[in-house]
Amino acid sequence: MSGAYKILDGKCPSGPLSEKWDRRRQELKLVNPANKRKYRVIVVGTGLAGASAAATLGELGYQVHAFCFQDSPRRGHSIAAQGGINAAKNYPNDGDSIYRLFYDTIKGGDFRAREANIYRLATISSSIIDQCVAQGVPFARDYAGYLDNRSFGGAQVSRTFYARGQTGQQLLLGAFAALSRQVKAGSVRLYPRTEMLDLVLIGGEAKGITVRDLVTGEIRSHAADAVCLCTGGYMNVFYLSTNAMGSNVTATFRAYKKGAFFANPCFTQIHPTCIPVTGDHQSKLTLMSESLRNDGRVWVPKKKDDQRKPHEIPEDERDYYLERKYPSFGNLAPRDIASRAAKEVCDEGRGVGPGGRGVYLDFGDAIQRFGREKIAERYGNLFDMYEQITAENAYERPMRIYPAPHYAMGGLWVDYNLQSSIPGLFVLGEANFSDHGGNRLGASALMQGLADGYFIISYTIADYLAGIRPGTADDQHPDFRRSREDVAAVTNRLLSIKGRKTANDFHRQLGRIMWEDVGMARSKESLNRALKLIPELRAEFWGNLRVPGSGAGLNQELEKAGRVADFLEFGELMAFDALHREESCGGHFRVEHQMPDGEAKRDDGNFCYVAAWEFGGPEKNPQLHKEPLIFENVQLATRSYK
Amino acid sequence: MDLFLYVWRQSGPEDKGSLEQYQARDISPDMSFLEMLDEVNEELTREGREPIAFDHDCREGICGSCSQVINGIPHGPQEKTTVCQLHMRHFRDGDTIYIEPWRARAFPVIKDLIVDRSSLDRIIQAGGYVSVHTGGVPDANAVLIPKTDAEKAMDAAECIGCGACVAACPNGSAMLFTAAKVTHLAMLPQGRVEAARRVCVMTEAMLREGFGNCSNHYECQSVCPKGIKVSFIAKLNREYLKSVADKP
Repeated sequence: MSGAYKILDGKCPSGPLSEKWDRRRQELKLVNPANKRKYRVIVVGTGLAGASAAATLGELGYQVHAFCFQDSPRRGHSIAAQGGINAAKNYPNDGDSIYRLFYDTIKGGDFRAREANIYRLATISSSIIDQCVAQGVPFARDYAGYLDNRSFGGAQVSRTFYARGQTGQQLLLGAFAALSRQVKAGSVRLYPRTEMLDLVLIGGEAKGITVRDLVTGEIRSHAADAVCLCTGGYMNVFYLSTNAMGSNVTATFRAYKKGAFFANPCFTQIHPTCIPVTGDHQSKLTLMSESLRNDGRVWVPKKKDDQRKPHEIPEDERDYYLERKYPSFGNLAPRDIASRAAKEVCDEGRGVGPGGRGVYLDFGDAIQRFGREKIAERYGNLFDMYEQITAENAYERPMRIYPAPHYAMGGLWVDYNLQSSIPGLFVLGEANFSDHGGNRLGASALMQGLADGYFIISYTIADYLAGIRPGTADDQHPDFRRSREDVAAVTNRLLSIKGRKTANDFHRQLGRIMWEDVGMARSKESLNRALKLIPELRAEFWGNLRVPGSGAGLNQELEKAGRVADFLEFGELMAFDALHREESCGGHFRVEHQMPDGEAKRDDGNFCYVAAWEFGGPEKNPQLHKEPLIFENVQLATRSYK
Repeated sequence: MDLFLYVWRQSGPEDKGSLEQYQARDISPDMSFLEMLDEVNEELTREGREPIAFDHDCREGICGSCSQVINGIPHGPQEKTTVCQLHMRHFRDGDTIYIEPWRARAFPVIKDLIVDRSSLDRIIQAGGYVSVHTGGVPDANAVLIPKTDAEKAMDAAECIGCGACVAACPNGSAMLFTAAKVTHLAMLPQGRVEAARRVCVMTEAMLREGFGNCSNHYECQSVCPKGIKVSFIAKLNREYLKSVADKP
């Protein structure tokens, strides 16, 4: 780190918390309906945030161009979200309110997010459910025909709406349907199997992107008046994660290299309930929804190295450690806390299954209480999925679970209007950093993606567009030409190394470094080791990579290599951020900073800020900027779930 | 275990394509089918040969990307299982496995095992939605929906749009896919308003894209990884006839 840092302004509206969003909407400029069609907006990524944004902006009359690397926009990884989506509807009359959802979220995030953003999110949450129901999303209902709710971690109310174990899929199909309607109407043009490889700036403002057509291999540019990145999170930096195989950091990282600040990259969520790793061949990890913790009880044997089968271990020799340590939240303790507790008992030698890296999630009691049929109705597809992967029947023996990389709270820095540090570049959904602080609560990702896409971006992007002249960018501009040349040069370089290791070999090695040294427990020593190992691995990558075939046409190894190249730089940024944040908070746990009972020790005096990193140039350290977090409504408290 | 693979290789839409032989060695029964192919591809890549191209993404059986015909059956031998969730414990040492792409007129091959399924999306674009604006909708509990209807809508909505139904059908028909989408919305009051028009435009789009018609083979149901039932096709036909009969 060198030089003086900037103090960033999140541009939150003034006034009382509950009036801020209304006030901002009053201040924002509008674009005249007849003028909207003159503006072109690029949306990259078509998960919940991207599909909902593209559909909404298209409906308003903008010319929208939507890009995704999948063969269809309906395959964005939001589709894999299982458990549900939060909303402060208070339908069950159990004490929920906008303020409570706001407070749970800010506390769940360990007080490292903006009050104003989260309050807006909680306010909008209700409208999202209304919108989705109107689209025909088949949420679960009770016998009277009303919507049903379940509970999720970090909350003591039932505010989670769900569609069996496939909530993300149903919400994405809803957003995709809205998007398809706009495609038919001619306002949205789709570019599937197309990967963004560069952001193009003209005069310091985002004016387009350079992409590679994954089928023909053609490298071309698309000019626009504004760009929205909705490209998801970066957890595949760990190689094994619950993300899809194609999920990557490339779009946001290349925007970072063009000047967008990257905020809190070290805030990573390790999800407590995933199916444990079985061997080196493993290509990804599978999540078992957090909703299972409504009825499943987490335990390990009290004895170390207990080799007995689970049903042979009597009740008094089991340690229901979450219920023991956090009696008021029990098995529904937040994700970061539940994950760390699992790691702790496994480190003590009390883990179960191969390698001792697992804990039990037991439905025995629930099946006794409600009957097998009721449990099957609630979680049937999850139990089936578990059996397909492990060949074990969870109705008869407890599931084995272990934490796995899942969600990135960090992302590109954006202000309250979701605009990044580059004018004209907006960032939505998991790709931005804005709402979850140091830890995201379950069922909040779907909420944020759809809030950004359906209900926020349409207001805030208009304010930017109203201030510029439409259609000024031309893809023949020298800056576009240079971008295409740069992208082609990187592609050619990847193809020309002709070494001996595959992109996957490097990715797996990077993942091991990240998991061991920048994973669930980080120390100065481990982070410094990672900062030494990652550049070494990167150097080897550029000297010994093998990508067969050519750039002309479909080449999946080439796609993978480009993504791994970015992860090899991004991993270093993550370690850098983790090293600088000398506190433990949320998913970021520094072993040097813990309470005597092993809980995270936050340092509000020194670290109550968003760390936003500016690219410092190739092989140079990034520059830190800070956005102080100001709490006007909630009191910074030690986060307790006991 | 060691396996003998015959894999369809085709460099592009114009190429004729052929089955090539490969060996998969030291395969663990805990691997998924795609992880087995990963191993083969890693070896090919290290040798500088072109790896086998195949679509895949979530590897959790929900995105619907993976699409391979294994020993003549779309998604392979395991019922209600996508290729990515098929595990090698269902095969035996020394087995010979044939791997081919989805084959249908409406799914042209792009490369090897990858086909173009955008025709399915064009069926949705024709009218597979509720024409609702963003915002300005009633409270979510304003319209009650009987639980049985919501459940039936959800049964249909589980379709992941992989296209296995098309690949299994001797007519290359997308009836099961279209029926699932039509039923999902037709079961709900929100979708009822446009139901008559929707079923017509989606059926027309299906025929326009080169999908065949249904002649009751029910192969689609037996390969569907989500267990979508052919009774939805009956529902589609009923909706279609009703809409034609109701036309002024």
